[in-house]
Amino acid sequence: MSEFIQQIINGLSVGAMYALIAIGYTLVYGVLRFINFAHSDVFMVGSFVGFYSGKVLGGTSWAGGLGVMAASMVGCALLGILIERLAYKPLRSRSKLTVLITAIGVSMLLQNVGQLVFGTNPQPFPDTLPATTFQVGGVVVSSKDLVVLGFTLCLLGALEYIVLKTKVGTAMRAVAFNPQAASLMGINIDWIISFTFGLGSALAAAGGFLWAYKFPRIEPFMGVAPGLTAFVAAVLGGIGNITGAALGGLLLGVIETLVKGSRWSTWTEAIAFVLLILILLFKPAGLLGRVQAEKV
Amino acid sequence: MKHPGARRWFLVAAVLSLGLGWAQDRLDPYFVDILTRIGINVILAVSLNLINGHTGQFSLGHAGFMGVGAYTAAALTLFAGPKLLPAGAGFWVEQLWFLVALGAAGLVAALAGLLVGAPSLRLKGDYLAIVTLGFGQIIAVIFRNIESLGGALGLNGIPARTNLFWSFAAAALTVYVVTALVNSTYGRGFLATHDDEVAAEAMGMNTTRYKIVAFVTGAFFAGIAGGLSGHFTLTINPKGFDFNKSIEIVVMVIVGGMGRTVGVIIAAVLLTLLPEGLRMLSSASPSLKWIGETRPLLYAILLIALMMLRPQGLFTWKRKKGAVTA
Repeated sequence: MSEFIQQIINGLSVGAMYALIAIGYTLVYGVLRFINFAHSDVFMVGSFVGFYSGKVLGGTSWAGGLGVMAASMVGCALLGILIERLAYKPLRSRSKLTVLITAIGVSMLLQNVGQLVFGTNPQPFPDTLPATTFQVGGVVVSSKDLVVLGFTLCLLGALEYIVLKTKVGTAMRAVAFNPQAASLMGINIDWIISFTFGLGSALAAAGGFLWAYKFPRIEPFMGVAPGLTAFVAAVLGGIGNITGAALGGLLLGVIETLVKGSRWSTWTEAIAFVLLILILLFKPAGLLGRVQAEKV
Repeated sequence: MKHPGARRWFLVAAVLSLGLGWAQDRLDPYFVDILTRIGINVILAVSLNLINGHTGQFSLGHAGFMGVGAYTAAALTLFAGPKLLPAGAGFWVEQLWFLVALGAAGLVAALAGLLVGAPSLRLKGDYLAIVTLGFGQIIAVIFRNIESLGGALGLNGIPARTNLFWSFAAAALTVYVVTALVNSTYGRGFLATHDDEVAAEAMGMNTTRYKIVAFVTGAFFAGIAGGLSGHFTLTINPKGFDFNKSIEIVVMVIVGGMGRTVGVIIAAVLLTLLPEGLRMLSSASPSLKWIGETRPLLYAILLIALMMLRPQGLFTWKRKKGAVTA
């Protein structure tokens, strides 16, 4: 039983990071209606920014760790905005397929440039945040898991506040709802799209930093697997729906961890996709999504 | 625009494949190697073009079907062949059995295509891309978990059966079937699905059916290409049919121009030669060594640049009448 609880806690913390990435997919899908394939590599860059700023800063402290996380969030927000401006904006009037292929290209570009810049070998991530393990009634809990969960909850709270309570958030929801009408109301769509990319990328970077904190070996292709799982999480929750993405992430994290701990562990990598196919078959709108009629 | 030349091209290619099969032993092994791979890549690119180009879907799992075919054919020649065929069977019996293995590879891959396609082809564009990508991952995981197929190590010691004749004959067949299919009355449906799915549906066409037919046909030929590839490299493992391989095929289709068979063939040839060129450049002098590892980077830049500047592909000179460049 205690092992089961341990697995659940572990799964929740992995799921929390999936949630952070999934929200980026969902936000971008909400305003631009396309899958930003490069998002998983922004996550990877997030860990590497954390890696380098952690080395520069040195030491292990709460303030330092927070600083490192903030650095990777800011760095990746800029990267996300840059990618959107250079690669996606010129294609905004083109077919969705064109943008999708470009996004795949950007993803490969980031991975391969990452390989040139960061090297191919996995690097040990410095301990920027303190970590201990403690026991609660026979259950061994790593403080890392709690830190990941806590940070994620704070970030999700902040996101919820931005999206629901601020003016920018209202504008984002308006653009997601109907870009043309939003533009007629005086909303600067370009600015909102940039902001959305920045926000999503910052969350992915936070995810990347936390991921590296929990699994301290980072390499340029580390984003691929969590990125795909997170995308499935976004679809599971209902793409375009932020709460859904968070829920889907947590769910997938727990399911994956449980499978990994069972005797079917060699099938772990297939779980997310089997789930994806099942959702698309039976509930294509996702758990919390609404069915939308296609406009012609 | 009709293609009355499809049959003529098929004849030319058939003669070419016979001639090359004859010349196999008289050519430099290095050229034989490259030519064989060109044939296989043409099959892959042209069959994917039916799905991604003519029908306007976006599959990222073509290598998965290739893998299904490769494992099926290899299992037939490695395990079933020695049991079923008399010991010391001659050359022609072996070749005939290889043909059976290739046919089976295509059929099993087509069945896999049906299993994946039927539920997921109701989806559009990017969703389909993700599902097919996921299919590729699942296939790799399945092969890794089947111990009798070698698990993660894959199968080794596959007999060398693929030669220039098989590679080019299969390529000719692929090009012929795809061209003839697309240009038949039935095949207009693929183009209509590509051009405007909603309008096609409003005209009473069952676009899902067209998509499934395209998908299954594409998977069939990908399976054959897999069978050829396995009996050419003589060793297969789950990693060889992953996302990167799929992307390689997608790049061929995009560079050639989606829906343009000739362009896609040219692209398949050039992109098979590209790594050779890079290897030659990198071995020319130590200061150029880095060039050998730039292929994925080049693919990435190629994809982005083409989408920005020439979304219709490099080798498309004429625009199809009334076609929407997508």
